[in-house]
Amino acid sequence: MTGIRATDVAVIGAGPAGLAAAVAAVDKGANVLLLERDARPGGILQQCVHNGFGLHYFGEELTGPEYAARFAGEAARRADRVSFLPDTMALSLDSDRTITAVSPREGPLTIKPGAVVLAMGCRERARGALGIAGTRPAGVYTAGAAQRLVNLDGYLPGRRVVILGSGDIGLIMARRLTWEGAKVLMVCELMPYSSGLNRNIVQCLRDYDIPLYFNTTVSRVHGSERVEAVTVVKVDGKRQAIPGTERVVECDTLLLSVGLMPENELTRMAGIQLDPVTGGAVVDERRQTSLPGVFACGNVLQVHDLVDHVSREAEIAGRYAAGYAKAGTLPMPKLSVSAEGFTRYVVPQRISAEPEGMVDLYFRVGDAVKPARLTVRTADGKTILTRRKKAMTPGEMEHVKVDVSKLTGDVVVVTEAVGNV
Amino acid sequence: MSDSITMGGGKREFICIVCPVGCPLKAEGDGDAVKVTGNACPRGAVYGRQEYLRPMRVVTSNAAVQGGDRPLVSVKTSGEIEKARIPDALARIRGLIVSAPVEIGQILIDDLAGAPLVATAAVGKV
Amino acid sequence: MDRPDIFDCAIIGGGVTGCAAARLLSKYGLSLALVEAAEDVSMGASRANSGIVHAGYDAAPGSAMARLNARGNAMFDQWCGELGVPLVRCGSLALAFDETDQRSLEELYESGLANGVPGMELVSGGEARALEPLVNPDVIQALWAPTAGITSPYQLTIGCWENARANGLATFFDTRVASVERGDGHFILNADSGSSVRARYVVNAAGLYADEVARLFGDQSFSIKPRKGEYILLDKDGSAPKRVLFQAPSVMGKGVLVSPTADGNAFAGPTALDQTDKSDTSTTGEGAAELRRLALRSAPGLNLRAAITAFSGLRAVGSTGDFIIRASGIEPRLIHAAGIASPGLTSAPAIAEEIVNILANQGLRLKAKPDWNPIREPIERFAGMTRERQAEVIASDPRWGHVVCRCETVTEGEIVEAIRRGARSLDGVKRRVRAGMGRCQGGFCAPRVMETLARERGVSMDSITKFGGGSRMLVGPIRESVGGRAVEGEARA
Repeated sequence: MTGIRATDVAVIGAGPAGLAAAVAAVDKGANVLLLERDARPGGILQQCVHNGFGLHYFGEELTGPEYAARFAGEAARRADRVSFLPDTMALSLDSDRTITAVSPREGPLTIKPGAVVLAMGCRERARGALGIAGTRPAGVYTAGAAQRLVNLDGYLPGRRVVILGSGDIGLIMARRLTWEGAKVLMVCELMPYSSGLNRNIVQCLRDYDIPLYFNTTVSRVHGSERVEAVTVVKVDGKRQAIPGTERVVECDTLLLSVGLMPENELTRMAGIQLDPVTGGAVVDERRQTSLPGVFACGNVLQVHDLVDHVSREAEIAGRYAAGYAKAGTLPMPKLSVSAEGFTRYVVPQRISAEPEGMVDLYFRVGDAVKPARLTVRTADGKTILTRRKKAMTPGEMEHVKVDVSKLTGDVVVVTEAVGNV
Repeated sequence: MSDSITMGGGKREFICIVCPVGCPLKAEGDGDAVKVTGNACPRGAVYGRQEYLRPMRVVTSNAAVQGGDRPLVSVKTSGEIEKARIPDALARIRGLIVSAPVEIGQILIDDLAGAPLVATAAVGKV
Repeated sequence: MDRPDIFDCAIIGGGVTGCAAARLLSKYGLSLALVEAAEDVSMGASRANSGIVHAGYDAAPGSAMARLNARGNAMFDQWCGELGVPLVRCGSLALAFDETDQRSLEELYESGLANGVPGMELVSGGEARALEPLVNPDVIQALWAPTAGITSPYQLTIGCWENARANGLATFFDTRVASVERGDGHFILNADSGSSVRARYVVNAAGLYADEVARLFGDQSFSIKPRKGEYILLDKDGSAPKRVLFQAPSVMGKGVLVSPTADGNAFAGPTALDQTDKSDTSTTGEGAAELRRLALRSAPGLNLRAAITAFSGLRAVGSTGDFIIRASGIEPRLIHAAGIASPGLTSAPAIAEEIVNILANQGLRLKAKPDWNPIREPIERFAGMTRERQAEVIASDPRWGHVVCRCETVTEGEIVEAIRRGARSLDGVKRRVRAGMGRCQGGFCAPRVMETLARERGVSMDSITKFGGGSRMLVGPIRESVGGRAVEGEARA
């Protein structure tokens, strides 16, 4: 039970990122160990029973479990090269890429891979990170925990629900709970806009007359045993509560959909450089981190809006991880990529490409910009490309292709607001 | 469900869901002749017309499983159904009990408010 | 364990005071009962306090607090050793920023000498920063007390309780004493639930409610006021201080401190707000702001962005300004252990001794049991095991290889063991094995812990509570068949 396992590529996490990375690595000739802490592959997609996944990747709308099943099927077809380890928790990652893990079946494991793909995903921000005052009764859930309870376990967490945060998970849960007989009283959004898709605002809230209040937050939880009410308050432009605007809303449940954070404990253990803005590793366009032979993709690298992008990113990571496992080396980054203006961050943060080929830069803006001008330039002032966009919002991940041969220096991705035309 | 009943005429407003811009659409019509304004592109007009005449939605939920390695199987209507018929569809899903094993794509109800209800995940037998 | 009709002694209140007394009394050939209003032990002040083992210089010389703090501190190594409870003698620094502060440090030093506190030193600001690099550069002097330490208040309470239980203690949970009758040479403690416990002697360790319990016996000699203390708990990110940092004291208490916890986190707290409501443990925006300001005054480099939760506890402040540990003037066989505010945790082992002595003086016959076992094995932590031990426990029970709480690396094996030892709710599991105590605060593991609780206790998942009573986590199944319920429906093969 205390064996040492060798493999070309170890992939940590069998959600959409890990599955796509594993398949891509096999297709580049690698043997893969795929570690998953749950009993089944698919990650959080298993509980996302709603549709809207896969339009970009498959050209059709799938539900979360269907999207996951496609990739799990691809991995299963490569079962001779992918060894799937369910119920397996990776406990540590060393700077020499040694992984320790544990599972009920295998006991403690040591894995010595040629390359590692980090695909651990993200977790939800909890109440403590928001500092909501008041009591600590039962009935305060993150939206994802509530989603799991309803869709996988089959239990309703509450009957009268206030949702804080209008990201897509919060919106989807508003409809899901309504469909199961709960009354969703309102969705409160701290910002003056929603980070969720219009489609979800229409089909999850408007269809059911659920009000969405912007510039509004929950400041206090009431109730000694179970939530009995929450205090809802308006906020000013600095997102500070406006005294006198408080109102107490009777409810038995508060759902929090207030952001996701990449789960980078292992990354930190290995001493890999992290980007303070994304919360994920600093990577080059091959998704190689600052530790050679360790790659990152999916929500552990940056919180994505669409799973389709996760799959594409993971394929890049998987492919190059296989290449690294074979060759033992990859070119190191030459250029850095930075954000300016409304651009909040850019992934990859480094470019190491040979002078040929195109690189996709993914980024998000920090505020809604309507309309916007996007410029990619080099640090020495040479403009590579400009684009005009009708609207850019923090909820959507933007993406631009640049020709590496034109890059004469470090790259800057600038987003500016342009006056209404 | 404020606008679940399709009315013959009058003016109504929607947010366009076709792209992130989210144009505020106004639709007005009489019978099949619908005039959509506020859209910035042709796709918005198509959406506005459909939403005005006969709003359609996909329903996704979970059905109870008997003898499975999981208590529920995720399900969807394999196409859009009329929004007005969602409550009936949900009631039937609530009353459904499926015997394990369940295959992904398996048809669970042939006609649920106009579309088949299919399993979107597999559930093994215990 | 036989439950006699009449117990020799009943302890009202399963906080650290009551459980420590129970542990010490379980040494003797007595029938013992613990009567607790909540669903678990350690549900009042012992659940939410600083967890500091105080050196003992704060209390006025000659007070019960001074005497029992010094004695309690000296007993901690043995108690924690026997009970498998963490204790780190990290030492404390009380910080002076100006001459007024310096004078109060000198007074503390003098009190400390009078109270018999060993090893104290008045050190310079530079020496303080050498002991703890996080100390504010503006600090000009500090009182260093090397015997101060940190422990886990609920682990200690649970440890005492488990040890007492193993030595014969009977426990009545969800039993709030609502009235008292006199029987023939005994008291009848009637619970609001309708049950009753009979005992010849009663120890009143009811915390915030000790005055109300005393009144049930006709004793109105003291009152208890709640003093709220809010806390902010910080993530384990390596930035925790190594020492307990106090500021020069205020009238309301020992002031806001910054400290490591026995589990490797850091915290700032407590505030001190006198209130009348004995159940209001809400946190406030003002409290959080005050904590942040004062914590950064002690340790400007403290990473408050790493806050993972805020909570508050209520200290039971007695009307005498000191611990009230004595036989009742009305009923000689009722022993009060009341007004156990800070340094109540540090004093707990010594308070337990005092209670035993008073009971003996009041005529309770104490005959040492030859088979008393002072050892309580803690729940083994998977994360702390050697690899060989991990392999061994997983081989004998695979659930020890199933990590349920990612943040704190807690396995299903540990959770099952916590439930076996008495955890009945999510918080009960959390206090015993830390599942849900980490940075995601149970967002991921709570549904899994609920499943385990339901399975191990043979109850439905929707009956699981956060902390007993009406704190149910779920309202019910979404489909009638969920949870193994057999039903009829639109069947489809």
